[in-house]
Amino acid sequence: MSIDKDKIKHISKLARISIDSKKSDSLAKDLTSIFKFIEQLNELNTDKVEPLSSILNTPLRAREDKINDGKIRDKILENSPKKNEEFFVVPKVIE
Amino acid sequence: MSEIIKKNLSEIIDLIKKKEIKSEELANLYIDKVSKSKKLNSYITTCFEHTIQKSKEFDKKPNLNSLLPGVPLAVKDLFCTNGFKTTAGSKMLENFIPQYESTVTENLWKEGAILLGKLNCDEYAMGSSNETSYFGNVINPIAKDTVPGGSSGGSASALAADLTPATIGTDTGGSIRQPASFTGTVGLKPTYGLCSRWGIVAFASSLDQAGPMTKSVKDCSIMLEAMAGFDNKDSTSIEKKKENYSKNLKTDIKGLKIGIPKEYRVENMPNEIDELWNKGKSILKDLGAEIIDISLPHTKYALPTYYIVAPAEASSNLARYDGVKYGYRSSKGNDLIEMYENTRSEGFGDEVKRRILIGTYVLSSGYYDAYYLKAQKVRQLIKKDFDENFGKVDAILTPSTPSSAFKIGEKTNDPISMYLNDIFTVPVNLAGLPAISVPAGLDKKGYPLGLQLIGKTLDEQNILNVAYAFEKNCNFKNEIKNWWL
Repeated sequence: MSIDKDKIKHISKLARISIDSKKSDSLAKDLTSIFKFIEQLNELNTDKVEPLSSILNTPLRAREDKINDGKIRDKILENSPKKNEEFFVVPKVIE
Repeated sequence: MSEIIKKNLSEIIDLIKKKEIKSEELANLYIDKVSKSKKLNSYITTCFEHTIQKSKEFDKKPNLNSLLPGVPLAVKDLFCTNGFKTTAGSKMLENFIPQYESTVTENLWKEGAILLGKLNCDEYAMGSSNETSYFGNVINPIAKDTVPGGSSGGSASALAADLTPATIGTDTGGSIRQPASFTGTVGLKPTYGLCSRWGIVAFASSLDQAGPMTKSVKDCSIMLEAMAGFDNKDSTSIEKKKENYSKNLKTDIKGLKIGIPKEYRVENMPNEIDELWNKGKSILKDLGAEIIDISLPHTKYALPTYYIVAPAEASSNLARYDGVKYGYRSSKGNDLIEMYENTRSEGFGDEVKRRILIGTYVLSSGYYDAYYLKAQKVRQLIKKDFDENFGKVDAILTPSTPSSAFKIGEKTNDPISMYLNDIFTVPVNLAGLPAISVPAGLDKKGYPLGLQLIGKTLDEQNILNVAYAFEKNCNFKNEIKNWWL
């Protein structure tokens, strides 16, 4: 798979990262070589193999549906780059 | 410079228990050397006032029955520490002050340890040389132009330079074992689920594990005992009883079967590493172990699998950095979307962006089956390789890395050559197994090299024992000359 500038534009849009057009050439080159490397996997026939999504043999634990936390609003807001009393502030989204 | 801080953790603990040194005196010895060792750039943050205050409190009412009584410890800056900056080596978290404590560090403090500072690492633990950190390269104390490995490079450098008596790192694809090998120290990646991931800045959640980095195998067993344990706050934490790794440490390995996988003899591997591997085999054989040739046929596919799985999980985990709830926020952009895009563009470094883009792509519509699902299937085959062999052998011996520490800047322009550093460490993460890197010798340049012992799931005690026996018979000596002082 060869990655070109258009593809970089598409993926960076999905990832919400703006990419400087000056950097997108070298990035395309790097990603092309990385994809060439990972495509070695196509040498293997995996038609009958079950995908491994978790290394643990047991299903994830479910906890009891009980409140065990709370009243930490100030702590949660503490590191916000922009806040207004009890709210996170973002650029205007509705005109 | 005091001789005391050159000692192993276990020796320092003995001195404290015998009341030959106070916690505060010890803290001051480390603070003194850390202050004079800025050239290594191994610390991002120090918290000396806190260290001194806590050590005074300890000395007033010492609990000598804890595992780490009054011992000052610095930790990788990926562990959230309540009230102390946690950066993950990124501009994105440059000013992030957690309001909670990671479970693993909390466990250390409960055992009497005291925070000394936060150690440099590759940005979000993505790197193998500590060169992706926003806070600059870390120098390996073995020689001033060499990298300490990564991503736990600051941890390895600080440990080898006696700037902390022991430390902890995280290992997603080799980030504890490779830097341990590069600095002549011991590093252990536990079984996935043994140490809680709660409060650790996430990279790839199905691979990340915290583990100890120490000067000796005994120290490693003490640290592992202190940090491991079931945690309700981590849904992948394994429910099991705590083990006394340090008490149960023994050198008798007679009759153990040690596997030697032929696929780890890779092309272009320096002769020295092959010789060291042979030396390892003969030491274990002399101790009564049985050496058995084995095959792990899918080894060569581990790295390509890793470079799909890890970036995929990273792209998802790092979606949280949006400039709203915490972390860096760009002042540019006319609307919410532009604010996100600029925040992430300015806040993340090149390697992190590269991996987010790879991960986004392999998960994107139309490509998921070809890449991500394929990688999950190959991951199954890699795990099966280990499962089948662990019927025949008790542990597996391999080199830790395909080279010794390389020069700063040597591999930064070629991502693939950088990734190849983790060729021997990555399969273990994919299979969720425990593995330890133990120093085994020096190469022609005088740089340390390590050997890796891989164990069965939750068989940490066994690989610690083999490593302990090996260490006692290998006569490795790290020659670090304090040239930076």
